[in-house]
Amino acid sequence: MDFLNALVALLNFVVIPATAYGSQLALGALGVTLIYGILRFSNFAHGDTMAFGAMIAVLLTFWFQSIGISFGPLPTALLALPFAILGCIALVLITDRLVYRFYREQKAKPVILVIVSMGVMFIMNGLVRFIIGPDDQKFADGERFIISVREFKQLTGLREGLAIKTTQGITVVVAVIAVVLLFWFLNRTRTGKSMRAYSDNEDLALLSGINPERVVLYTWMIVAALATVAGVLYGLDKTFKPFVFFQLLLPIFAAAIVGGLGNPLGAIAGGFVIAFSEVTITYAWKKVLRYLLPENLEPDGLVQLLSTDYKFAVSFVILIIVLLFRPTGLFKGKSV
Amino acid sequence: MSEPFLIGDTITGGYGNGPDILHECTISVNPGEIAVIVGPNGAGKSTGMKALFGMLNVRSGSVKLDGEDITSLSPQARVVKGMGFVPQTSNIFTSMTVEENLEMGAFIRTDDISETMEQVYELFPILRDKRDQAAGELSGGQRQQVAVGRALMTQPKVLMLDEPTAGVSPIVMDELFDRIIEVSRTGLPILMVEQNARQALEIADKGYVMVQGRNAYTGTGKELLADPEVRKSFLGG
Repeated sequence: MDFLNALVALLNFVVIPATAYGSQLALGALGVTLIYGILRFSNFAHGDTMAFGAMIAVLLTFWFQSIGISFGPLPTALLALPFAILGCIALVLITDRLVYRFYREQKAKPVILVIVSMGVMFIMNGLVRFIIGPDDQKFADGERFIISVREFKQLTGLREGLAIKTTQGITVVVAVIAVVLLFWFLNRTRTGKSMRAYSDNEDLALLSGINPERVVLYTWMIVAALATVAGVLYGLDKTFKPFVFFQLLLPIFAAAIVGGLGNPLGAIAGGFVIAFSEVTITYAWKKVLRYLLPENLEPDGLVQLLSTDYKFAVSFVILIIVLLFRPTGLFKGKSV
Repeated sequence: MSEPFLIGDTITGGYGNGPDILHECTISVNPGEIAVIVGPNGAGKSTGMKALFGMLNVRSGSVKLDGEDITSLSPQARVVKGMGFVPQTSNIFTSMTVEENLEMGAFIRTDDISETMEQVYELFPILRDKRDQAAGELSGGQRQQVAVGRALMTQPKVLMLDEPTAGVSPIVMDELFDRIIEVSRTGLPILMVEQNARQALEIADKGYVMVQGRNAYTGTGKELLADPEVRKSFLGG
């Protein structure tokens, strides 16, 4: 029984939150890795692209709520999601037309594009705060739990409870759908294959008659969609706060690099590696250990390896270890 | 004699604004023929071929394909016109499967490509066995077959190969040459640059020996192989 209780506590406090967080990171890292693989630069504006997409969803959700549209037990934000994706696509395409295309035509070096993307980042950052303000916005509605602690305890008679938030469930489901769609597109469709070809060997892609501007266009559209989905899911799960998305940049980049930049499968794996490391290292293990260890060995402290305030350090450390020992990432990516 | 199918006529030019590398160089090829460009290192063999493909700044002279002047077209536009080009290096999509490589070769086509793919598989049976394998995992000789197969997928009117046997073993080289002869028998004109001058000239209908960006000797493969000057200078006696 103690073992079961420990398992439930572990699921409740580590596995479930980390799975949801990992899905969000994976979606973010997919966007970063696609830009890196196809447009060949590290897009620092990605966090704020997520913020912008999520912001549209938040505003639309408020509007839907005010005119009485709801999505039953599901968050209204899911209804707003398609429109938010369109809005975000519009923003990145305008940015590409106004900014990135100029540098592409100059055949600017990747490092220049990185700096350019930082500029874009600041502008998007300002734009989002200007429109919605820097404060927290709560926009999750509908049922709060798929299964709540009390229900679970009544159901199983265990002392430990297990809760699955609706947003966590939705995060995982939506992430799986997005990833399946993305891989279907990249591996099965002509356009998707041409994007992979362009990423693999730009010169040969040109020789094969692949139009680079079309590839770039589709890439931005997909990236904007992924970023919006990631941003909305993260916002639903936690809250929406513009600055947080900027902070998310580090774990997202860490995920993309750990998995192998330019490799979509790696981005997903990297997302979960980072999320699980972050959660396990900042989790106070006392509760789980209390069930598992004999009474006299029970820990006095919280058995928390690192305070949650330092959670970003975890991504950093993993990033450094990977860069030192396996610069191309866990999956075969491009070396950084 | 009527005008050749593909001809680079007295071309002078170089890369970008750099110095001239080719000097009044003429290279041509006809249907059913294999034309080979040989010569010492740095003689401008590959450059000569790239000039025909539009990767060079041609300052004088012209390139004609089937009587049409294509001197000012971009390489991509020349692919659409029916020129197939296999670069010397990075000539395959390493992360994609063999079949996807072939599909990408046919990217500009909107019609059914399955028949052409079948032809490529018949020509290179090993590729059929490896069709679902990533091209980057294949051996050097197999990679070259993928590269040539990719170029054939556009159903080109002329095929240009830049050192197709670079870095493969002599046995594989012989096999590649056999395949190239097979392709040529279908009537497709083939122009290739080769390091292995003797073997290449043996299968060539027409040979160009280039030295310092100029045509040094021109003739049929047999003539060049028999020419004492060519033998002494380029074929090791």
